[in-house]
Amino acid sequence: MANQLEPAMWSGMLAIIKRDIVIAFRQRGDMVNPLFFFIMVIALFPLGMGPEPGTLQKIAPGVIWIAALLSTLLSVDSLFRQDFDDGALELTLMSPQPLFVLAFGKVLAHWLVTALPLICVAPVLGVMMFMDVNTIKVTLYSLLLGTPVLSMISAIGAALTVGLHKGGVLVAVIALPLYIPVLIFGTSAVEAAAMGHPFAGQLAYLAAFLILAFTFAPFAIATGLRISVNG
Amino acid sequence: MFQALKRLYHKLGSPKYFYEMTGKMLPWLIAATVLLLVPGLIYGLAFAPPERYQGDSYRIIYIHVPAASIAMGGYIMMAVAGVVVLVWRMKMAEMVARCLAPIGASFTFICLVTGSIWGKPTWGTWWVWDARLTSMLVLLFLYIGVMALNSAINNAQSAARATAVLSIVGAVNLPIIKYSVNWWNTLHQPASIKMTSSAIDPEMLFTLLSCIGGFYCLFAVLLINSTRCEVLQREQRSNWVKKTVGAV
Repeated sequence: MANQLEPAMWSGMLAIIKRDIVIAFRQRGDMVNPLFFFIMVIALFPLGMGPEPGTLQKIAPGVIWIAALLSTLLSVDSLFRQDFDDGALELTLMSPQPLFVLAFGKVLAHWLVTALPLICVAPVLGVMMFMDVNTIKVTLYSLLLGTPVLSMISAIGAALTVGLHKGGVLVAVIALPLYIPVLIFGTSAVEAAAMGHPFAGQLAYLAAFLILAFTFAPFAIATGLRISVNG
Repeated sequence: MFQALKRLYHKLGSPKYFYEMTGKMLPWLIAATVLLLVPGLIYGLAFAPPERYQGDSYRIIYIHVPAASIAMGGYIMMAVAGVVVLVWRMKMAEMVARCLAPIGASFTFICLVTGSIWGKPTWGTWWVWDARLTSMLVLLFLYIGVMALNSAINNAQSAARATAVLSIVGAVNLPIIKYSVNWWNTLHQPASIKMTSSAIDPEMLFTLLSCIGGFYCLFAVLLINSTRCEVLQREQRSNWVKKTVGAV
C-alpha cells in the first residue's frame, strides 16, 4: 500500500502545480500585475528621491527587496481565494494525498508564476538603479533564495484569512513582521557585494531560511486551510 | 506530585472550576502585587543608590526591565496556549490566549516607551535602530498581527485556532528575528543579570527582583481578570453563569 501511495503523492503535487500554472496563463492579469507593480514601485524611488546615481546606488538593494516583498504580499491574496470561492479548495482538502504536500505544490506554482518573472526583470531595474554587474548577480541570487521564503510565509497568512472576505490588509499585518529576517539578510548580501565584501555568509543564511520554510511552513499552511474551510 | 499537577491541569480546563478557583486566588494575587510592587517601586525610584555613570536616569530600569520580561514571556505563553488549543482543543486555553494578546502588547508598548525615555539622557536620542529596540518593535507588530487576526474572525473557536497557528509560527520565528536583528546592528548593552553572577549592586538587584516579581503578579491579576470576563461571556448560556451573575 505504502509504495502505491508514494508516487500518488508526488503526482498529486505535480498535478496541482500544472493546474495552477495553466490557470495563471489563462488569466494573465493575475500573473502580470505583480510584475508591473514591482517595476512601478522601483521606478517611483528615483522620482521621489532625485535621479542622482550615488543616492540611487546606495538605496537600490533595499528598494528592490522591499518592492519584491510588497509585490509578493499583493499577489498572495489570490493564492487560495479563487479555489475557496469555487469549492476546489474543499476538494483539495478531501483528496487522499496529505494536504501539506498539495499546499506546498500550490505555493511553488504561485512562486513560479508571480515571483520568477519579477526576478527575471530585476537585472534591468538594477541597471536603472546604477548597480554594477557583480551586485546585480548577487541581487539575483538573494532574490532566488529569498522570495520562496516570502511566498511560504505569506501563504500561511493567506491560508488563515482565506475564509474572510477582507484578506488584503490583514495578510500584510500578519506576514510583514515575519519577513524581517529575509529582508535583513537579502539586503545585506547585496550591500556587501556592492562594497566588495564577501557575501556568501548572508546567502547561506537565506538558504537556511529557505530550507526551514520549505520544511515547516507547509504544515502551518495546511492547518490554516483546514481551520479556514471547516470553520 | 505529578499526578496532582496533572489533575489540577485537567480541572483548570473546566471554565466553571477556573472561574471559582481564580476567584479565590485573586485577592491573594492582588495582595502580592501590592506588597512587591509598591515598596519595590518606591524604594527603586526614590531611595536606591544612583548609578555611577547614569545618575538618577537609570531608575526607569525598575519599570523597563520587568515590562520587557513580561512582553517576551507573554508571547511565549500565548504560543504554548496555542499548542494546547490545537492539540487538546481546550476551551480555557482559547480564552487565555485571546486575553493574553492585548496585555502582552501593552507591556511591549510600555517597554518601548520607557526604553525610549531612558534612551534620551543616556544615548542622546529618543530612538535608535538598535537590535534590542528593533526586535521589541517587531514583537509589538507580532502581537498586533495576532490581535488583528483574532478580531477579524467571528466564530470564537476558529478565531482561536487560527490565532494559535499564527502565534506558534511567530514564536518559531522570534529567535530567528531576534538573531537577525542582532546581527544587523548592536548597540544595546548585553544583559547584566545572569543566573550565576550579576554585574549590578545587590541593593539595586533586590529592588529590581522585587519589581519584576510584582510586575509578574500584576500581569497575572490582569490576565486572570480579563479571562474571567471572557469565561462569563462565552459561557453565558450555561446555568452556573446565570446563577453567578444572578440572572436566574
